[in-house]
Amino acid sequence: MNWESILTQTFSQGFGTQAVVFALAAIGLNIHFGYTGLLNFGQVGYMAAGAYGLGMTVYWLDQSFWLGIVMGIIYCLVLTLVLGIPTLRLRADYLGIATIAASESIRLFVRSRGQRTRTGASEGINDFADPFFDLNIFNKPGSQSYRFFYWEYRAGDLWVMLIGWTVVALCLLITWQLMRSPWGRVLKAIREDEDAARALGKNAYAYKLQALALGGVIGGLAGMFQVIRTQSVQPDTFNPTITFMIWAVLIIGGVARIWSPVVGAMIFWAAISGLEAFLRELIRSDWELFGDTIGVHAERFLNLTVQNVSQVKFMVFGMTLMLLMRFRPQGIFGSREEMALDDR
Amino acid sequence: MIVGAIVVIFAFFSLTAEVFAQDAGQSIIGQLRADDADGNKQPVVGVTLTVDGVGDGVSDEEGKWEIPVDSAGTYTISIDPSTLPEGISLKDADRASLDVLVEANKDKRALFSLVSGDAPVEEKTSGGVSTRRVAQLTVEGLKQGLYLAMAAIGLSLIFGTTGLVNFAHAELVTWGQLCTFLFNAYGFAGFIGWLAPLPPPFGDGVNLIVAAIFGMVGGALMGYFLDRFMFRRFRKRGLSLIAQMVITIGLSIFMRYIFVYNFGGSPRSFKDYSAQTAWTIWKVDITPKDFAAMVISLAALLAVGFLLNFTRIGKAMRAVADNRDLAESSGIDVNRVISVVWLAGGALAALGGVFFGLDQIKWDFGFRILLLIFAAVTLGGLGTAYGALIGALVTGLVINLATLWIDVELKNMIAMLVMVLILMFRPQGILGQPERIG
Amino acid sequence: MTDNSNDADFVPGITAGGGGAGAATDIEHHNPIEGVFDDVAWEVGVAKPDPILKATKVSRKFGGLTAVDVDYLEVQRGSITALIGPNGAGKTTFFNLLTGFDEPTTGSVSLNGETIDKVPSHKLASKGMVRTFQLTKALSKLTVVENMKLGAKDQPGESMFKALFSPLWKGREDAVEQQAREVLDRFNMTHMAEEFAGTLSGGQRKLVEMARAIMTDPELVMLDEPMAGVNPALTQSLLGLVKQLRSEGRTVIFVEHDMDVVRDISDWVVVMAEGKIIAEGPPESIGENQAVVDAYLGSHHDEDLEFDEDGNTTTETGEATFSVNAKTDSEVSE
Repeated sequence: MNWESILTQTFSQGFGTQAVVFALAAIGLNIHFGYTGLLNFGQVGYMAAGAYGLGMTVYWLDQSFWLGIVMGIIYCLVLTLVLGIPTLRLRADYLGIATIAASESIRLFVRSRGQRTRTGASEGINDFADPFFDLNIFNKPGSQSYRFFYWEYRAGDLWVMLIGWTVVALCLLITWQLMRSPWGRVLKAIREDEDAARALGKNAYAYKLQALALGGVIGGLAGMFQVIRTQSVQPDTFNPTITFMIWAVLIIGGVARIWSPVVGAMIFWAAISGLEAFLRELIRSDWELFGDTIGVHAERFLNLTVQNVSQVKFMVFGMTLMLLMRFRPQGIFGSREEMALDDR
Repeated sequence: MIVGAIVVIFAFFSLTAEVFAQDAGQSIIGQLRADDADGNKQPVVGVTLTVDGVGDGVSDEEGKWEIPVDSAGTYTISIDPSTLPEGISLKDADRASLDVLVEANKDKRALFSLVSGDAPVEEKTSGGVSTRRVAQLTVEGLKQGLYLAMAAIGLSLIFGTTGLVNFAHAELVTWGQLCTFLFNAYGFAGFIGWLAPLPPPFGDGVNLIVAAIFGMVGGALMGYFLDRFMFRRFRKRGLSLIAQMVITIGLSIFMRYIFVYNFGGSPRSFKDYSAQTAWTIWKVDITPKDFAAMVISLAALLAVGFLLNFTRIGKAMRAVADNRDLAESSGIDVNRVISVVWLAGGALAALGGVFFGLDQIKWDFGFRILLLIFAAVTLGGLGTAYGALIGALVTGLVINLATLWIDVELKNMIAMLVMVLILMFRPQGILGQPERIG
Repeated sequence: MTDNSNDADFVPGITAGGGGAGAATDIEHHNPIEGVFDDVAWEVGVAKPDPILKATKVSRKFGGLTAVDVDYLEVQRGSITALIGPNGAGKTTFFNLLTGFDEPTTGSVSLNGETIDKVPSHKLASKGMVRTFQLTKALSKLTVVENMKLGAKDQPGESMFKALFSPLWKGREDAVEQQAREVLDRFNMTHMAEEFAGTLSGGQRKLVEMARAIMTDPELVMLDEPMAGVNPALTQSLLGLVKQLRSEGRTVIFVEHDMDVVRDISDWVVVMAEGKIIAEGPPESIGENQAVVDAYLGSHHDEDLEFDEDGNTTTETGEATFSVNAKTDSEVSE
């Protein structure tokens, strides 16, 4: 077993560009669900809105990348209105179904052939983020890779990470400030009991719309980083499973805690990548870890191949989500008392 | 408990792996594309292709299609020109059928060249309104609606009796489909590899009709199992409904990837009735198997209606859905009723899965119709059985008839838009009662 | 208790209630509207000298069922008005209609002469109306003092953009905190200010909910079953608090099942049955009203309803029979 390569995968991914994307998306979801109690199962729709707002500006409108960022935010705000106005008066579970349906609608729409000139349909939009990478301070002649201990990144990824974690820090700061303010107190009151908040004169609908917009825009930023890091906007990147992964990230870290999206994203990606690297290494080395007798049987019994490693990854993900909800709904580091997920 | 349950499922499935390891298989594959107005290649979606004596397949959103065949040999593959979108035709009309030689464990690519007229892309996909098309699409819509209803009723009743929105319900549909496929192709040996030497139904496949009954039993058992060993315990522990809902999401992902791990990613079809010539009744083409499936599903749905209205357990179900506490205090064994709901819901979903599977069997089939099921259930009113039925029929009809005007790719989107509209203006659904406050 | 509470023109200001009042129960509360009802006839829909709230032809239908059908009702300013009736009489539904939590099928409601039945519920707080709920809505994951602060008006920090900059709301926040502590002190709850509301007993939550309502500085307080599930000791202090509200010049409307409570604190009683108002009058008039007796007997054949010489209903336990069923479905505290 090549443990070094497994550890490198684990540590690198734990802080890598994927973790940035999921941390941001989960910060948004935390504002929605953790603080306001909005059951949003369509966070990936916001990611798509941000990503396509950026991509379409460059590809279809032929405008600059930087204007695209602004457009991405505007797309998210528009989506908030389209999504929020009809659904925010609904009961939580209806809202959940409506949001997942909306996010799937977005995916089906942008990948349809009729939109090819605007969204690139199923082929998507590629190589649109050059202006971002032109500013990369890590570019150097020769080798484009950096390594410190177990962390190994390409120059481009390092640049995305630098900007990405900075944006994450900024979003955390904003969330922290807002949630200690009277505005955040009203959100929490709405989460606990909307009627009580209304009886005290709080316009619950307006607050929910504001929270949806804020969390949505942060989700949109996540979508932008997702497409910037790969230089490619692909409609099928934005499928419902991504939303569920964001939920897992949030639950791992602990719902309604400021740091949970970051902690959750790091643990989630480290674990997922570590597991995958471990399994691949296991296959490559012919189950060396378990010795000849067990290894050979296990190999035949489990029928694990290079092709289905990623399926095992998702099985473990699904199971982890179940076990977490059952045994530690407050998250890995959360305490039961202040858990916001309880009696709802 | 939950861990034990999962280990059991996993072990159970691991056994099947060997069966499939032997015939990882061979398929005839291909991709249908045609030039659009700008001269770019565009996928051609929804075209039916048939391998004589084996089965048929439909080209997907990327124009790709795949028909698995059991063994190496020469096969005749033909494309059904009537299913080509308007404005697209075969380049060489004589080459609608091809003979291909398939080698063991190797996919064989078959090439059909398509050409398109000058019509712009937007118009090519929707074929214009004709009586024939309307009639055909109405029947398609009813068909899809009836099958959807089978899945939707279970989801709706589970919600009605427990308040749980079960995201894993779609996997019960897939599970029924796959169970039936296994019985149809391998008999019990499909589940427990070492039974293979025995005669049918143990070591070899059985007729699809018998297999479908096994599949329903499998679906019912899975439904019962999920309730008994997972959700009943969660209810007892007072786990919140949202937590339970997230658990069903995890369960859905878990089951789906168990399926693909064991059954592979390629679509399959049942051994029997796969290649049938369609009857033409008035202006509508319908295959005998679809006709039979529609009749059976109608009968099954009527049976459910009878069960709910006239039997003790059916009345108890409605009582629990109406007011759980009241039902409990009037002596109804609520847990038993919920078990029956899961059991029946699992069996119905499985049967729906079998009918959908007459076209194609795939590991993520259920998940791909999950949102249609949700649309059906919310449309009709969450928690009511009849609502789910009506909602499913409306959903089926709307999305199929919508293709008269819009792109086929967008038809599922229409279902979701209709759902959001219903939620806006009548959140209790078509049949639901407005709630009394206080 | 304080000077400005005697003032007929109500002067807003919670602090008027006074900190350090100790147990509210010990205080004899002055009734500022003593004698106002002397000239008011004991009949349904009667006009009051100075009505704060009027409901005209208010009805609410659910499908085919008419839950509420009230022809006319006025509520006297500064009074404590009880709304009673057997289970299913439509009291809570009527309450929801009055407080904007439900919209009447027909009819209108006015507060201080202003029509409010189309006004969303959250705007009513600024018009001086606040309500509590039958099932207590203490916000469990917020501390008691946070619960209090929610009631405060004019907090600029409740706007999303101002919330980003602490200096814009810190000053008001400190004032609100001060006010919250004073109210808590008055409710004898200072010691639990930092506790999560979810950890309190049912009765204490009722107190929190009521105190929170007071924080909005209301003119009209609507209490939906304030005594349900509250233990007897706490009931007394709750009653004291309600009377104190009146002596501060606020109007109180409450739904109640317990006749002892109704007799003890209300100035005027409105009786509902099957969605209609069937009787109005001072508490002592209700027991002798034939329509009321019929309504209660009609809905509880199996229970006795007895009257003592004052015309009050009694049972062996000294509690009115119609409270029996009501208590089972509300939470019971220690």
